[in-house]
Amino acid sequence: MNSLKQRLNPINQRRLGMFFSNPRAKWSLWIFLVLFTASLFSEFIANNKPVLVFYDGGIYSPILTSYSETTFGGDFETEADYSDEYVIELINEKGWAIWPPIPYSYDTHISGLEHPAPSPPTSKNWLGTDDQARDVVARVIYGFRISILFALTLTIGSCIVGVFVGAVQGYFGGKIDLVGQRFLEIWGGLPVLFLLIIMANIVTPSFWWLLAIMLLFNWTALVDVVRAEFLRGRNLDYVRAAKALGVPDNKIMARHILPNAMVATVTLVPFLLAGAVTTLTSLDFLGFGMPPGSPSLGELVAQGKGNLQAPWLALTAFTVLAALLTLLVFIGEGVRDAFDPRLVTR
Amino acid sequence: MNSKLMTTPAIPQPSLSGASEPSALAGTKTPLLSVKDLSVAFRQGDEISEVVDKISFEIHRGETLALVGESGSGKSMTALSILKLLPYPMAFHPSGEVWFESENLLRFSQSQMQRIRGNRIGMIFQEPMTALNPLHTIEKQIGEVICQHRGIKLRQARPLILNLLAKVQIPNAESRLKSYPHELSGGQRQRIMIAMALANEPDILIADEPTTALDVTVQKEILQLLKKLQRDEELGLLLITHDLNVVKHMAQKVIVMQRGRAVETADCSLIFTKPAHEYTRKLLLGKPQGRPVEISSDTPELLSTKQLCVSFTTQKSVFGRPLKQFHAVKNANICIESGKTLGIVGESGSGKSTLALAILRLLKSTGEINFKGSLISEIRESNLRAMRKDFQVVFQDPFASLSPRMTAAEIIQEGLNVHSKLSAEERAQRVGDVMNEVGLEVSMQNRYPHEFSGGQRQRIAIARALILNPSLLILDEPTSALDKTVQVQVVDLLRNLQRHRHLTYIFISHDLQVVKALSHKIIVMKDGEIVEQGDAEQVLTRPREPYTQELMAASLG
Repeated sequence: MNSLKQRLNPINQRRLGMFFSNPRAKWSLWIFLVLFTASLFSEFIANNKPVLVFYDGGIYSPILTSYSETTFGGDFETEADYSDEYVIELINEKGWAIWPPIPYSYDTHISGLEHPAPSPPTSKNWLGTDDQARDVVARVIYGFRISILFALTLTIGSCIVGVFVGAVQGYFGGKIDLVGQRFLEIWGGLPVLFLLIIMANIVTPSFWWLLAIMLLFNWTALVDVVRAEFLRGRNLDYVRAAKALGVPDNKIMARHILPNAMVATVTLVPFLLAGAVTTLTSLDFLGFGMPPGSPSLGELVAQGKGNLQAPWLALTAFTVLAALLTLLVFIGEGVRDAFDPRLVTR
Repeated sequence: MNSKLMTTPAIPQPSLSGASEPSALAGTKTPLLSVKDLSVAFRQGDEISEVVDKISFEIHRGETLALVGESGSGKSMTALSILKLLPYPMAFHPSGEVWFESENLLRFSQSQMQRIRGNRIGMIFQEPMTALNPLHTIEKQIGEVICQHRGIKLRQARPLILNLLAKVQIPNAESRLKSYPHELSGGQRQRIMIAMALANEPDILIADEPTTALDVTVQKEILQLLKKLQRDEELGLLLITHDLNVVKHMAQKVIVMQRGRAVETADCSLIFTKPAHEYTRKLLLGKPQGRPVEISSDTPELLSTKQLCVSFTTQKSVFGRPLKQFHAVKNANICIESGKTLGIVGESGSGKSTLALAILRLLKSTGEINFKGSLISEIRESNLRAMRKDFQVVFQDPFASLSPRMTAAEIIQEGLNVHSKLSAEERAQRVGDVMNEVGLEVSMQNRYPHEFSGGQRQRIAIARALILNPSLLILDEPTSALDKTVQVQVVDLLRNLQRHRHLTYIFISHDLQVVKALSHKIIVMKDGEIVEQGDAEQVLTRPREPYTQELMAASLG
């Protein structure tokens, strides 16, 4: 941390200091980072395959590579089904296996439940199962990951496009700006939801399709602030001085004005992230989101609505979403305050 | 400035005896306002910086006290803390009392202060454009102050407002009631500010640099008005200024402030004749002096313009055809020989900076610009880029003209990166050389702009321009944002550079004293037009045009 701090210029050093002196923002960031990093390794936390198998003196990692059943002395050439009693017996004869803490993946249909699905929380299924007999904890872990990854990619994508468009509009002004602004107004008026429904009829929505479509409408979020920053920036004396030095436009934009615009951008990013999480969740809830069967928080919300007799579904979805959004907003507030030069803590 | 709350070494306080003599009314009476050991400090995070350190003074009825000092000396902070207008709780007072009508104002809550502000104590700010609300009429703004404190309706306040406008000598007061601030000139706006400050017949008026933002000819009128009002109403006036000329004409007592401390307190006449403190003497000497660099008279022409015009469209028809145009520069024909300095003078809005930007091709213009025999007004921007290293610019505000995110070395070498392909060592060498030349230490090169003083920043801006070895340097009010003592140093530096490098300057300023110290030729501009041009000697001593004569009288007199 200290070496990073020293490489930054004093303004950013102060901001970093301000952010980390705000306990709420600091802890929110740490908790978020821990949860996110953990969720990146979801396969090792919740899976219906063992993490490691010691069989006949050899070590196998079924999560990373697929082994046929014959490897463990079975009959079929297909991949071993580790939830099958027979396969487990085969492994236990000549070795042993380490299982992840939750022995179900997001798409594992659990057979032989005591209650009909959705079944209430038990010692095996900590938060119960959904109406297709899948473990809720496993689905939450995977759903959390996909929400964050989707939101991150969407936010980074819209930042890149938005900053670029805003920068060009603001810096050159005049006709470019005029045309750009009118386009943005029309674009902003398009009914996104209807377009999504139409799209869903033409292509099967996948993670990347959904991302592309959302990016098409989300990039406008940053254009206005960045444009305003560049409009102001191009008349600053040091920008004029750079022009008089003969510095090319692209360098002036990148080196002299962009850092100013980044303040507005960075401040907005955590809120954009929260917005993207909400967007994906609501699309999934409506059924226009991720392909059927994929783990998602929105789908869990929909299940909660469909199965009011099983409150653990709705409660889980609510708690996870609320916690995630709260963390992001707290981080966002911390960032915003750190970038505010007038604010004094205490 | 980042002094921790250190104990003040005893400052020799000049005796206050006889300080209140000039006003016959004062003397024995208790003072209107008495400030004792006032300190102001700011905290940012865990850092505490003290900006005013135990300052004490008294103001009597009918007396003018001037707080003099350079920027950052804490004079405005002192004034603002009397009215508790500082950003509390970021700012706080480690010590001090402000006694007014036998009450300590520092103990007052913000709501109690509202009874005092604008009622018992009025305040005039530096910038009349930003201190007035652009969305309200004059009547409403002055009326608001009256209605707020006297509990009457705007309609009933109208005669009072008219009376006030007459007092501050606004002609046709009746017709001005419905005007908005932007419809008035700078001087008139400042008169409105004064009217607002006087609206409730306060006992004390605080004027924070009341004339700094105004043109020289207007400054004089406003000061005369303030003096007259102060005499008529027997006000206690606290005048804050950096300009000793203003002090000379206005004040009875003077406090000289340096870095938050009062270094000298004395009668106005004594300050000018027998300054006790070394810093006061330095302030008094702070006037650019000397003559422009001697050069041989027959040098070739470097730059000339023919019929140069700059206009902005202020109103367009539906189809984008310009309907109304504002001509910022009209048919400017100028000519400057190599190695000389061309001074451009004029009041704000006269188009001098616009002319400079047009010559630099940073603004669209019509007409011809000839530089070193090539017609640069016709060259396309992409081809012009390579030629830009030959004509460079230094801007007015050294705080705005340096990117806050780059180190001094990065700023200075930016031009080199564009125009030459030097290795890193060669570049560092060149940066070091030019920093030495402008009087900066090379060891400072990794600092950021905010770690430099105003004068040093202006040196960085000059170094950035010089590193490309330009033959023409356009200086757009390079000394206006600097303190007087620093101005002198910058003018000396510019003169030395011209002598050694044979630079040609176009020097833009509203300050005739600075122009006089540097220029060989002078152009006087008014409303976008060149009123008079000629040799410096002739324009300064025997101006032909009435406007030039008026300008000379107001600023050199």
